[in-house]
Amino acid sequence: MVLSDDARAINTQHLGFTMSPHEECGVEEAVRLIEANQGESVVVTLGPPEAVEQLRDAMALGIDRAIHLHSDGREWDGESTAAALLEAIRADEEAHGHFDLIFFGNESADSAGYQVGIRIAYALGRPCVTGLKKVTLEGASVRCEQEVEDGRDVYVVPLPAVLTVKEGLNLPRYPSVPGRMRARTKPVHVIAPTRPEPRLELVRLALPAGAGRRAESLGSGPAAAPAVVEVLVKAGVL
Amino acid sequence: MSVLLLDEGNDVSRQALTLARRFGEPRSVPIDAVQPFAPDALAAALATAADELDATAVVAAGTERGNEVMARLAARSGLPFAANCVAVELGNPLTLTRLRWGGSLLEEARMHTALPLLTVAPHALPVDQGPAPQPVNVKRPEERELAVHVVEHIQPSHGGVSLADAKVIVSGGRGVGSKEGFAIIEELASLLGAAVGCSRAVTSAGWRPHSDQVGQTGTKVSPEVYIACGISGATQHTAGLKGAKRIVAINSDPQAPLMLNADYTVTGDLKEIVPAISAEIRRARAGRTS
Repeated sequence: MVLSDDARAINTQHLGFTMSPHEECGVEEAVRLIEANQGESVVVTLGPPEAVEQLRDAMALGIDRAIHLHSDGREWDGESTAAALLEAIRADEEAHGHFDLIFFGNESADSAGYQVGIRIAYALGRPCVTGLKKVTLEGASVRCEQEVEDGRDVYVVPLPAVLTVKEGLNLPRYPSVPGRMRARTKPVHVIAPTRPEPRLELVRLALPAGAGRRAESLGSGPAAAPAVVEVLVKAGVL
Repeated sequence: MSVLLLDEGNDVSRQALTLARRFGEPRSVPIDAVQPFAPDALAAALATAADELDATAVVAAGTERGNEVMARLAARSGLPFAANCVAVELGNPLTLTRLRWGGSLLEEARMHTALPLLTVAPHALPVDQGPAPQPVNVKRPEERELAVHVVEHIQPSHGGVSLADAKVIVSGGRGVGSKEGFAIIEELASLLGAAVGCSRAVTSAGWRPHSDQVGQTGTKVSPEVYIACGISGATQHTAGLKGAKRIVAINSDPQAPLMLNADYTVTGDLKEIVPAISAEIRRARAGRTS
């Protein structure tokens, strides 16, 4: 990882962007639920104008339309991200009716604040279950399996509900070529929210010290096998 | 001055206690104060206790449970919340350091609040040896706070060695080439009594189940030896290896990130090297018994 000059972001000049793994599973789950039960699915994100590519990716998997909250490129903390998304969700529900389920990633891959979905659930007054590896609709309720250290805990909550999910919930499909074509013409509603002063204010980023190990070469090809076995013996595992 | 701790009774909670003492005399809400687990009721209990004690901060372990309950407390109280902190500097605003990108990056932040809500990242601080905090009395939760509660527990169904507890892990990446290609990985793992792991590229391709995935969004592991075969070593993967004592990387590309960050490397075709290691182990064992 290389940081930007002001150390407030990662230098992304040579990086590509993708949806985070947890969120991608949320998108896939929404598409499957609509395929099985009919209705409409919507994807929403807060991000720079380029993030429209990830919205198109979600629509290529089968999501019907998108809402894009343009950020100004600066860091938004969990609280202000949740507030902006909440306002957009409320406005959409007023115009199109309420969502039975709202999916979030359990935590974002980058800032990992663990809070956006939960804040929105509280503001909407809806039950929220987190860290899910399996979601099953049971009439007007949803059965949720949460990953815990020694197995899974099960919750059953009534709809409408807010669920935060983890990678492994499903295996997201690859977008088809026709899916990609259709995604180009699906609607993206753009909103430009105002960023409040963050109460968790990013000052700077830093790379942890001593993260790199010094690698010792054991050689190349099958001839290195005895040296590998020696390492296993020294480590006491053989 | 009192500080409130959500206590899970584990090592991470004791690390959280180390940080909590910076804010005052610790008092605690045990996580099993509400049973079965009901996170909204626990958040309500923390809010009530923080109010009654006039607490200077609320601190919890940076576990899934800890982060979840603290986020609910933040949501109901309308306060900022910082997950997975590794250091704090008292003051107004509070200055803190927290983990991003699964620990691959540190964030220094200022928190503008009268009541800081924090969780402490695992392995970040020494385990607290001081006196245990005195628990507060938790009242019977209100019905609406129990709407979300655990109704059933499912035991893990895995046979074999679990990734999280394995002493040795043999792990394969994109370089393994196919689902069938894992036969040589499984063979070496069974010789070592090891668990089989894999990278995200492998689960995305459908070669292995997600339960085998090591990394930021898979399982975080802490074996004595981690043998990475054909894994380039994206930060997504190495975020799960912070607890590994020794990493052996086998890759045809000597410049792959994991080849630069491993303890030992073997350059070349894993399809030749991995069976050669298995054969060498068999030979060594035969030599020992003859």
